[in-house]
Amino acid sequence: MYDSGKVILGVAVFLCLASFPAWYNVITSKADYRPDPVIVVSDNQCIESTQYMREYHMQLLKEWRDDAVRNGKTIYTASDNKTYEINLTGTCLKCHSNKTEFCDTCHDFSGVSPNCWDCHNIPKSGK
Amino acid sequence: MTGKKVLIPLGAVIGLVLLAVLFFQVAGLHYFVLIILPYICGAIFFAGLIYRVIRWAQSPVPFHIPTVCGQEKSLPWIKQDKLGSPSNWLQVTGRMLMEIFLFRSLFRNSKVEHAPEARLVYGGNRWLWLGGLAFHVSLFIILFRHLRFFTEPVFAPVLWMSDLDGLLQLAIPTLFITDIIILIALIYLFTRRVVFAQVRFISLPSDYLALFLIMGVAISGVLMRSVFKVDLTYVKELAMSIIRFDPVVSGAIGLPFFIHIILACTLIAYFPFSKMMHAAGILFSPTRNLLNNSRMKRHINPWNHPVRVHTYAEYEDEFRNQMKKVGLPVETDETGSK
Repeated sequence: MYDSGKVILGVAVFLCLASFPAWYNVITSKADYRPDPVIVVSDNQCIESTQYMREYHMQLLKEWRDDAVRNGKTIYTASDNKTYEINLTGTCLKCHSNKTEFCDTCHDFSGVSPNCWDCHNIPKSGK
Repeated sequence: MTGKKVLIPLGAVIGLVLLAVLFFQVAGLHYFVLIILPYICGAIFFAGLIYRVIRWAQSPVPFHIPTVCGQEKSLPWIKQDKLGSPSNWLQVTGRMLMEIFLFRSLFRNSKVEHAPEARLVYGGNRWLWLGGLAFHVSLFIILFRHLRFFTEPVFAPVLWMSDLDGLLQLAIPTLFITDIIILIALIYLFTRRVVFAQVRFISLPSDYLALFLIMGVAISGVLMRSVFKVDLTYVKELAMSIIRFDPVVSGAIGLPFFIHIILACTLIAYFPFSKMMHAAGILFSPTRNLLNNSRMKRHINPWNHPVRVHTYAEYEDEFRNQMKKVGLPVETDETGSK
């Protein structure tokens, strides 16, 4: 092998960088952390199925914002024909009342910082 | 001819998408796709990459072949082009860094055109440089952003990068600028291969395969982010479990992720066998990484074997008597003396 010193050094640097997540998680010792959002249950189920809410809640919230703020629509009809008032504080926060223990657990985990709270007040219980 | 060169790789990528749909339907195959496949493809990637690099390092560079793009180091009153014709370690490092991060040799691409009045006009042709740089920078930022799925707590610079990338704050979830740029750049890189006759002629199916695979990964990723969503918490739990070598599938992950991961795994496993190895190969380019010092130092071909030579002097020593006998002229009369 020619220039073996440089080549081995290069490969070693590459492997260190490429394995960054593996050793980073060892250092932080949080490799097996799993978020556990807390819900104060008053109904048995959210307005749509759990899986739908886990995957699409941000879209639903955006539709609610447009409906309530721009279209003046205040009633949401869920896919099981139940109706709910389109109201973040009155409807959503009734069960999901604590931002730190509910919203933030998954948002921090997946590294997203939605700009909801740029305008909305954080409920007192969740500050 | 051209049609086949494009359609076969395109069909292969579409086939992979269909395969992902099929694998998604069969619950028994989920474990294979989500866990075994990433490990296999990751192993092929690392082993293949190191193998290729070592093979390259074993090949001798027979000639000293720096591509010289300027005045070489000469007399003290002649100004040297230090990046174009490097003569020491620092200068050649500068040239390599400019090549790796700014694609300097693509930037230097020029074009000659016939202007009216039968004049020749020389000008820059930098579209490939722009498209290539836009693509590679976006790709790097996108890969870096993916670290949010592999680090806990998320590595802070990854969050800063995501904030910067989502600066426009358009739509929910935020539109990433690099997502748009990489798609435009990929469309350009594909279009130039089919539109310009010369590039079309030299394009091979493997060129299109790499493009289509990356396009597939990018499109499935963008769609998964903004249209057909999956449960990101489960995705990150899966990713974290894979890199701590304790794999578990902790919840239901949707079809879009299957398409994304099968295309991405194929890309990763194909990487060491493909033209994408230029990522490592650029460091091994003799025309870029050699010093232009051939007038200061003699470059010996490393594969030169020690050759047993038989010089004329030795020949004459061996046959002097016979040569004298038949009257042939000799250069020296006696062994070892003039």
